[in-house]
Amino acid sequence: MDFVFTPEQERFRAEIREFLEKEIPPEFRRKPENNWIRGFCPELSRKLGQKGWIGLAWPKKYGGQEKSYMDRLVLTEELVCSGAPVFSHWFGDRQVGPAILAHGTEEQKQKFLTGITRGEIQFGVGMSEPEAGSDLASLQLRAIEEGDHFTINGQKVWTSGIHNAHYIYMVARTDPDTPKHRGISELVVDVNLPGITIRPLKDMTGEYDLNEVFFDNVKAPLDSLIGEKNHGWYQIAEQLDFERSGVERLMSNYPLLRDTVEYVRKAGLNKVDWIRRKLAQLEAEFEVGRLLVYRVAWMLSQGKVPNYEAAMAKGYGTAFEQRLSNAITQILGMYGQIADDSEDIPLIGRAVSAYLYCPAYTLQGGTSEILKGIVATRGLGLPTK
Amino acid sequence: MDFNLNEEQEMLRKMARDFLTTESPKSLVREMVEDDKGHSEILWQRMAELGWMGLAFPEEYGATGGSFLDLAVLLEEMGRACLPGPFFSSIVLGGMTLMEAGSEEQKQRFLPLLAEGKVILTLAILEEDGQYDPKSVKLTANAEGSDYVLHGTKMFVPDAAVADYIICVARTGGSGSSGITLFLVDAKSQGLSLSPFITLAGDKQYRITWDGVRVPGENILGEKDNGWIYIEKVLQKAVVGLCAMMVGGAQQTLEMTVDYAKERKQFGRPIGSFQIIQHHCTDMATDMDGARFITYQAAWKLSEGLPCIKDISIAKLWTGEAFRRMTSLAVQVHGTLGWMDDHDVPFYYKRAKAWELWLGGADFHQDVVATEMGL
Ligand SMILES: Cc1cc2nc3c(=O)[nH]c(=O)nc-3n(C[C@H](O)[C@H](O)[C@H](O)COP(=O)(O)OP(=O)(O)OC[C@H]3O[C@@H](n4cnc5c(N)ncnc54)[C@H](O)[C@@H]3O)c2cc1C
Repeated sequence: MDFVFTPEQERFRAEIREFLEKEIPPEFRRKPENNWIRGFCPELSRKLGQKGWIGLAWPKKYGGQEKSYMDRLVLTEELVCSGAPVFSHWFGDRQVGPAILAHGTEEQKQKFLTGITRGEIQFGVGMSEPEAGSDLASLQLRAIEEGDHFTINGQKVWTSGIHNAHYIYMVARTDPDTPKHRGISELVVDVNLPGITIRPLKDMTGEYDLNEVFFDNVKAPLDSLIGEKNHGWYQIAEQLDFERSGVERLMSNYPLLRDTVEYVRKAGLNKVDWIRRKLAQLEAEFEVGRLLVYRVAWMLSQGKVPNYEAAMAKGYGTAFEQRLSNAITQILGMYGQIADDSEDIPLIGRAVSAYLYCPAYTLQGGTSEILKGIVATRGLGLPTK
Repeated sequence: MDFNLNEEQEMLRKMARDFLTTESPKSLVREMVEDDKGHSEILWQRMAELGWMGLAFPEEYGATGGSFLDLAVLLEEMGRACLPGPFFSSIVLGGMTLMEAGSEEQKQRFLPLLAEGKVILTLAILEEDGQYDPKSVKLTANAEGSDYVLHGTKMFVPDAAVADYIICVARTGGSGSSGITLFLVDAKSQGLSLSPFITLAGDKQYRITWDGVRVPGENILGEKDNGWIYIEKVLQKAVVGLCAMMVGGAQQTLEMTVDYAKERKQFGRPIGSFQIIQHHCTDMATDMDGARFITYQAAWKLSEGLPCIKDISIAKLWTGEAFRRMTSLAVQVHGTLGWMDDHDVPFYYKRAKAWELWLGGADFHQDVVATEMGL
């Protein structure tokens, strides 16, 4: 047993920190929370790509470094905690790349993995539809093979960042006649194809990160297919585990916690008993969450496939993130409901932003209810019926 | 014991619900969030015609002479509708202060206008530290002849941009609860300047800078140096009023969520048939009933003039947290749809947080309860 990072990993951490000190553009520094999903900055992604810090664990021939998942953990922890705006490569690095690595053709790997590691290709992920949220297998969007292409018709919804992406990594129904799990395939489709319309949606924070995507007789070449046709359902389970398992599920608001502690100290609120206790409790919960997240990375680094462990880490981490934002608005009192970002407002309205964003954590990437079901059935072997 | 409202109160509730459903739809609420002042004069006048402004003021001032409990019923419906505008600021914060502290002459002059909706008031208590603590009142009022001159800053003052008069809680001496005086200040006075905050829920709050604002001595409400006792009383009423609004908001949140859990199908069945969603709804319903009873108990005691300082603080600390918990679950049950700006759930999610923090958060009210327990 050992709960430390190796000296090389600590050196790696220091190197990343030093790099980010210099390279994060100032406009992303003021409000560092959630920048892994809200901060779009292709320039930074390209620089990270040049350092070899995208696709860190992938084979060298596709631009990876063949490092371990523990190294990747160190990297992602620094990126998330520093508020680095890394959304433009996040989906590629986190889930699309590993999926293509597992199921793609050599050509697809050459093209997409290399593009991802260079920070040049941005992906959106098209899973949810209006009638298919948690019940993803009931999806209705169709991609019907016709000659040399798929004809795609239907709608995706809640598609993060697709307005900035080059490709949509999507699941579609390729065989409408077989039972629902069996007729599904994974496709990578160029979002600039004719017939694709993207409509931005405003969320309760007032931002437009999510979109609706409409497909009207879109013709996508046959090599859009990833893996085996009609086998998509069995391929994506793993992708979802990758989507769920990362540090961002615990640490999206870490900068806010750190800066609140600092603010409380400076404002002399550290003498107030209930504030001390609240922050101490959060710290304890954070440390527990960190180990749940580390466990998943450690398993991956051992060549094991996390199963319920990713679901547990995400469920715990996202609930923590909500308690954190809530507690900080309370510590700030009346300032906890002021959203002005002027310097004379404590924490420049970041607590309000965090509170408005935080319901999303327990919905995106599998709702907490679904995840609890996974822990209960896959993890504990409880019956499904 | 009787948990029911009386017949007139039920009628008032029904009338208020019908009126607000048509006259204050979510489209208007949304428009008012975007609006600079957040005040619809047409709606305001209609509410005045219904007698709502004067509902809880005595008949001798041209008002209806209802009880505080009646007002709570109305506020509940306003909370349910997310009613925009200065009703709470003017009638509860301003009007109650006038009632508690005003001289007969001041009441004769202002209450009828207030009851007709012709004058709008607000109350400026908080300063930089945001604490409802007499020690935090630092804005100074110095006598110059028969006038007073006010210097300082007030924070988080609700609806100040539409108020005709601002009741300012000022320091005329001492440092604690003695030496505080209430001034009724013409909002157009020289030296008074407003700057708006951007708020979580889109309600209108202002930082007001008082730079030598001159107020005639006759505009003091209550006695000089003795203002805080009135503020304490007004805050008690305001807290219960706010709880009533939260109860209304919570009720709507619960109903919307249960309806959605019945409609939305995933895995071939309504999500409300999944046990975990049933538990969410049950937790919400329990929070709801708790909030309703604890709030109405306090409202009733206030109405009857019974001692209820502890009940009021328990109501606020329970209802504030309950409403907030309910709105989080409401988003969760609605899925991502409930997180989107064009849905109604966010209105309640945002107000629940704002109201939890306003007029003393749980920490503040826990302290009151502990003190009342003899601790
Ligand atoms: C910020 C954000 C970003 C997102 N980005 C993307 C993206 O890029 N691409 C994408 O495809 N999607 C994205 N999503 C969508 C997200 O994956 C879905 O919203 C999520 O899967 C839930 O689906 P739903 O909203 O339709 O809720 P529903 O599935 O309708 O669920 C409603 C409620 O019912 C519960 N429920 C459903 N089924 C069960 C069950 N069997 N047992 C118990 N409870 C159940 C749910 O837990 C939830 O509480 C994003 C969402 C958010 C908030």
